Amino acid sequence: MRAGDTVADLVRTEGTRVLATLARVTGSIELAEDATQDAVVRALETWPRDGIPHNPRGWLLVTARHRALDVLRREARRAGKEAAAMLPTWPEPEPPEVVRDDLLRLVFTCCHPALSAEAQVALALRTLAGLSTAEVAAALLVSEATMAKRLTRARQKIARARIPYRVPAAEELPDRLAGVAATVYLVFNAGYDADEPAATARLTAEAVRLGRLLAELFPDEPTALGLLALMLLQDSRRAARTDADGRLVLLADQDRSRWDRAAVTEGVTLVGTALRRTPDRPEPYVVQAAIAACHALAPSYRETDWDAVVSWYDVLLTVHDTPVVRLNRAAAVAERDGPAAGLALVDAITDLPGYPWWHAARAELLYRSGDHPAARAAYDRAVAAGLRRQAADHLRLRLDRPPAGQP
Amino acid sequence: MPRYVALTYTKDVDWTSPEYRAEMADYAEFGKAAAAVIRGGDALYPTSTATTVRVSGGKGGDVLTTDGPFAETKEALTGFYVLECADLDEAVKVASTIPAAWDGAVEVRPIIEF
Repeated sequence: MRAGDTVADLVRTEGTRVLATLARVTGSIELAEDATQDAVVRALETWPRDGIPHNPRGWLLVTARHRALDVLRREARRAGKEAAAMLPTWPEPEPPEVVRDDLLRLVFTCCHPALSAEAQVALALRTLAGLSTAEVAAALLVSEATMAKRLTRARQKIARARIPYRVPAAEELPDRLAGVAATVYLVFNAGYDADEPAATARLTAEAVRLGRLLAELFPDEPTALGLLALMLLQDSRRAARTDADGRLVLLADQDRSRWDRAAVTEGVTLVGTALRRTPDRPEPYVVQAAIAACHALAPSYRETDWDAVVSWYDVLLTVHDTPVVRLNRAAAVAERDGPAAGLALVDAITDLPGYPWWHAARAELLYRSGDHPAARAAYDRAVAAGLRRQAADHLRLRLDRPPAGQP
Repeated sequence: MPRYVALTYTKDVDWTSPEYRAEMADYAEFGKAAAAVIRGGDALYPTSTATTVRVSGGKGGDVLTTDGPFAETKEALTGFYVLECADLDEAVKVASTIPAAWDGAVEVRPIIEF
């Protein structure tokens, strides 16, 4: 147990492992979830009062097993079958490598490519992170009924289409791990983009938690290490990203003393480890984390090493050439070489006419170039394209402020 | 072992026409390669031969037939296979070797075993 873990944290961490084992033994994720939930509730009732048992996972496994047996016996009775024939044989305390395999099976099943991204995100939060259905619904801002339906449909597909409960073969592993990482990063971004601070904190914290699980399961995989580093570094700025009124504060204006130094240190260290583990082809998460590390280590916005940032974007483009990456690179070039150079690059990106941030970037760079009517027009298009309220407010305030040196 | 049906969606073609001889050879090749898991299946005549049947007003009501497929889509149902596979991963692996997978798409659906 790590120092600072609360009982609730410990119960959730161990609960996921117990669930993974039960899912293998019973062959049903739904039954495993139900039984584990029961054990978790009991632990939360008794541990704070009686103290944490010597072997928390063993305690949870035994309790969950009882519950699973009850359910199986009841089902057998209802079907008029001999209960004994239906009961699985229970393994004795699992050696660590079996627990690791069980966890891997659960991770790869919940993030199976035959499930929709939406379903994967829901399962990651419900099954892997151990949130209740109500908590998942609240975090993703949908009704509990909608979320319950989504989870039921996902579990049904797993059971009916026979999505296998197994660790992918070595040759499929890179692809499948990339899929799992993408799901976790979706959870993170759902939090990062949420307008509601509570949802932000919850989702980003859960994504980091899932990222830690992946890094623990794949300590030598740059994908897992880079993803965790990226999330830690982005999340380290959370307290500085909004002002007292809840308005977005851009990187340039953030109070860097409010950045989470512990997260920065951990993230930067992970970037180093991930870079050393990268064989030949750069890993997109690691490169993005390296860019985030450049910002995290800069004493101020002005003192950012823009040369390094632009170079990392060049590396990123070799493995992940998307219009959005080119837009971000253009913004870095604008900082290094001035707004005109940045604007030329932004205008060269022709495939983002519906992307609010493309218009927002143009608005900012036009403003800096002194072309305020054009900046205003670009702002209107950004809002029309659906720029998030927080960002729109920020940009509007900036445009409303007469630039220095003008009446 | 679970069974799946692999529905092939491709351009709405007439497999009996000589111009699709090469394609038919590709399907025959798939049939040979996947013989161990194929439990059945057939190629279908184009949707111009399809008749859609509906009964209005419940069982025993008026039979309405319309010329054409249930849904007019760019890619049409042109055939199917019944596959017996260990799990969805195996079924997807087999489906990905059906020529329709690159000429159109293959929908894999688990069969209910009563």
